[in-house]
Amino acid sequence: MLEVANLACIRGERLLFKELSFSIRPGELLVVGGANGSGKTSLLRMLCGLLLPAAGEIRWQGRSMGSMRDVYPAAMMYIGHPNGLKDELTGLENLRFATALSGAPASRERIRRALARMGLGERELLPTGWLSQGQKRRTALARLLLSDCSLWILDEPFTALDKAAVELVQSLLEEHLRDDGLVVLTTHQDLEVAAPRLQRLHLAQ
Amino acid sequence: MLSLLRWVIARDLTLAIRRRADVLTTLFFFVIVVTLFPLGVGPEMDTLRRMGAGVLWVAALLASMLSLGRLFAADHLDGTLEQFLLIPQSLSVVVLGKIIAHWLVSGVPLVLMAPIVGLQYGLSPTALLALLASLLLGTPILSAIGAIGAALTLGLRGGGVLVSLLVLPLYVPVLIFGAGAVDAAVSGLGAEAHLSLLGALLLLALVLSPWTAAVALRISIE
Repeated sequence: MLEVANLACIRGERLLFKELSFSIRPGELLVVGGANGSGKTSLLRMLCGLLLPAAGEIRWQGRSMGSMRDVYPAAMMYIGHPNGLKDELTGLENLRFATALSGAPASRERIRRALARMGLGERELLPTGWLSQGQKRRTALARLLLSDCSLWILDEPFTALDKAAVELVQSLLEEHLRDDGLVVLTTHQDLEVAAPRLQRLHLAQ
Repeated sequence: MLSLLRWVIARDLTLAIRRRADVLTTLFFFVIVVTLFPLGVGPEMDTLRRMGAGVLWVAALLASMLSLGRLFAADHLDGTLEQFLLIPQSLSVVVLGKIIAHWLVSGVPLVLMAPIVGLQYGLSPTALLALLASLLLGTPILSAIGAIGAALTLGLRGGGVLVSLLVLPLYVPVLIFGAGAVDAAVSGLGAEAHLSLLGALLLLALVLSPWTAAVALRISIE
């Protein structure tokens, strides 16, 4: 369970939000909305620990996030705006390294299956730099299939994706929520996820 | 922890192999700078022999700094650096891996090339050996100190100029002991004392700089 209490964010001289509180339980989806520059990405970066909150506290399983630098990162998967892929490496190599970072590298067979499911079956051996924006995004999102993190934090996961891929990612989210996973995401699109419990958070400017 | 270190080094080496131009730039810069001096100063062997060690060391210093910009900037741009910050293990290990990879890519070729270009300065075999040993101990220090500068200036405008202002003063002890080792060997005093000091500096840099650079990265990425 992820709890956020009285969170505030200041970027530069501007106060983006303050006294923000919510909690997400297993199987729950939080959709963060708001205009450009309202602090959606900042909120997500705070949730994964890249940005320190100006005030307030974030708790994971009842414990403050700052006090467990090992447990929390192991339970969380963050896919940000940049895809985090090296153009010179193939999709296979990129994903192998990404999984090795979080502990154990996934087997080639498993990565191949994940890429095939994301519709990149024949392109696993091409350097990522040769792929289109949408295909790069698909490769980055294949990380979701390879991890067993319970909390997913996704910043605009649907950008550059075509219709089929959007549906695929939505079904991935549904599967994860059914397995008692937690998801926080930002999007400007209409989300069609059959989530048993869905919260919406609108960041006003 | 060791497997993480191995993964980071392997990744950076793979990237360097696929982006060979970057590696060769550093090496060519070193060779060209070292070769220009005899052409400019003139072929008097006595003068050249006296300035050889200094020129080679300054060229190695500048060449190593030339490649510092790439150390974290590329990872910062494509988002892989954020993933490094979010791993369950220590970020210092990743930074140490990147320092070692940077040295293997930009330091080792210089070390291997130095005795060959050093011949232009009429250095004796003992002096060339001392040069090789001092560069072998000194270039990893340059990579380690450089990592701190690169991490501090990450994402800043004009970071390239700033990094040289930050890092060059810290390179001074390495330059003094490195060039001093060759001079001592030339004058027959023996280079052991200088090399021991370089070794001590290397150990200090390897212990402190991954940790310092990791802290600097966390600050820069905010």
